Amino acid sequence: MTPFEGYEFSKRHCLDISDFHRADIENLLALGAHYADLDVQKHGPRDVLAGKTLVNLFFENSTRTEKSFELAGRRLGADVISMQIASSSVKKGETLLDTAATLNAMNPDLLVVRHGQSGAPSLLAQKVSCSVINAGDGTHAHPTQALLDALTLRQAFDGDFSGIRIAICGDILHSRVARSNVQLLNMLGAEVRLIGPPTLIPTDADQWGVDVFHDMKDGLAGCDAIMMLRLQLERMSGSFVPSQREYFHFYGLDRSKLAYAKDGAVVLHPGPINRGVEISSGVADDPDISLITQQVAAGVAMRMAILHALAEGIQ
Amino acid sequence: MTPLTLTDIRILDPESGRDETGHIRIEDGRIAALGNVAVRGDVLAGRGLTCAPGLIDARVKAGEPGQENRETLASAARAALAGGVTQIVVQPQTEPIIDDMSLVDFIMRKGESLDIDVHVAGALTKGLDGRTMTEIGLMSEAGAVLFASGPNPVEDAGIMRRLMAYSATFNALISNSPVTPSLSDGSCAHESDVAARLGLPAAPAVSERIMAERDMALAELTGGRLLLDLISSAETADSVRRFKRRDIDVAASVSINHLALNELDIGDYRTFAKLDPPLREERDRQALLRAVEDGTIDIIVSDHDPQSAGRKRLPYAEATPGAVGLELLLPVGLKLAAEEELDLMAFLRAVTVAPADLLGLEGGRLREGAPADLVLFDATEPWVLDSERLLSRSKNTPFDGRRMTGRVRHTFKDGRIVYSAV
Repeated sequence: MTPFEGYEFSKRHCLDISDFHRADIENLLALGAHYADLDVQKHGPRDVLAGKTLVNLFFENSTRTEKSFELAGRRLGADVISMQIASSSVKKGETLLDTAATLNAMNPDLLVVRHGQSGAPSLLAQKVSCSVINAGDGTHAHPTQALLDALTLRQAFDGDFSGIRIAICGDILHSRVARSNVQLLNMLGAEVRLIGPPTLIPTDADQWGVDVFHDMKDGLAGCDAIMMLRLQLERMSGSFVPSQREYFHFYGLDRSKLAYAKDGAVVLHPGPINRGVEISSGVADDPDISLITQQVAAGVAMRMAILHALAEGIQ
Repeated sequence: MTPLTLTDIRILDPESGRDETGHIRIEDGRIAALGNVAVRGDVLAGRGLTCAPGLIDARVKAGEPGQENRETLASAARAALAGGVTQIVVQPQTEPIIDDMSLVDFIMRKGESLDIDVHVAGALTKGLDGRTMTEIGLMSEAGAVLFASGPNPVEDAGIMRRLMAYSATFNALISNSPVTPSLSDGSCAHESDVAARLGLPAAPAVSERIMAERDMALAELTGGRLLLDLISSAETADSVRRFKRRDIDVAASVSINHLALNELDIGDYRTFAKLDPPLREERDRQALLRAVEDGTIDIIVSDHDPQSAGRKRLPYAEATPGAVGLELLLPVGLKLAAEEELDLMAFLRAVTVAPADLLGLEGGRLREGAPADLVLFDATEPWVLDSERLLSRSKNTPFDGRRMTGRVRHTFKDGRIVYSAV
């Protein structure tokens, strides 16, 4: 028995949070919570994806997301193959649509795509006959990361997002994680804030239904959860921020800045973390504060839930 | 400290518009009372003299560190006080360039032992490379009051946009040289018939306006605080006026040289009048004077730029631009006022309260409780400038041998007399 009983999940793809209704999300999170039970995850039914083929198609390097999908697929009984596009046919000049035609000929059931260009998974979804899961496209969306973050928060706050104040801090401009999280957390009724230097916050972000802050002290006031983002170090030389030293001084999360948030506030980070740039080790490694490890665990559970839900559609 | 009263003095305060004869009483380094007030303590008879707030010169090249032969902070301070200047902002183009908080700290520490307030303009980009943002936040915390591009503009509009957006977080004022390099590179004069006759490579005034308009548009986009550094043409002044009407946070500076001189002052290749930006036409100079009076141009600076004679006595195109100005900012302003070219109060506003407000500094005004940073001058005294008598280590000035009207008698810093004319 799964929490999906009595609810029909009818979506074919998982491309963007806005593809889903709140009921879809609630059910996905409930199913994620079901798979978060390690006993269910490891010893549960292996036939959910029996006979199905899952293809991991990563145009950008990623270890944790790719392995997380691989593990999720295998635990549900799928045949999983990974295609390392970064080092293969694209280098030889193959276009995205050529790749789609190749894939169609292989007849996979589920396609997990990460691509450096916003909208690439969506384009693929129009050209392939299987379900497509966006594992991160450009600076657009990373819906499964947002869902696993929500699952982590759901576990931390007993399933209730209403009235929870969450700050997303750092390089919002280049972050697909932030964009998906803003949509999802807003949908779930949380109060979302964005904090970062103006150079790393998109123009008009205040129209996303969030409050924007450029000062950690003001932005973190009364926050229940703080989601730190990775500062891409290559941004330092692009004149987005002057230096790691200055960035950490004003926007890095350490205990003194954490003190501006609510007592008992928790900290998330999609990883990999830059210690001493966006977060101090003292915060990142404190099990009473940091949910970073739980996020990784939730990743496998949530991806099992997504694969499961899409498989229902396939059937 | 014994109180000191300056008696029967013309009091000119650009903040309040006060212009009256009365006394000023100084106690504990501050202005205790002014106007029709009781005489107390020591007395300095001021009949015939005018008192204004000590001047704030927002654009000074100091030479220290790295080029102490041109000027040190100490020699700059002596020159400043002789010119009634009690606060200076040193520019970042030293050796090394002031692009780090430790260098900001170094200059400020050096300044602490001097009789003037030394403020620092940090570099806007690392090594003034025009590309890599400096630690604007940390340097602001260390005390930098302005972030400047140096002689070359930030050419890349995308980078300028980020610099302005980032600096807005710290409410930091940033300045950029309004020059379009693709129009101005390789030139050394204002493009006109004068430059054509002299055969000098020249750039059009529109080079300045294009970059100024770009930066003002970026200020509008980002909400950053912009100082257009040294505008020199009538058209740029018009642009600034237009943007200011739309409540965009933009300020402009002009050098005293460009208010007093025009392109004819370079005569037949007189390199001591070679300046950056180049001296322009008389119509530009007139437009700049009007722009100071109507507040379009916020501040007047000396653009003090000490250069050795060796770097000046060269063929025109090869000579280094720049002139010393700390001792001449007030006298040249007084000369313009005496010749009724510029309203005296408007001039004083642009060298006292306006830079104080723009840079967030105390001083620059005559009111109870303000620091007693004052200059006493004789507004009508005639004299002839002999550049050899300047206190600056470098003597490069286009005003050498000129007849001047108006001279500094005493300068006060924190209630103490720190300069008196011999």
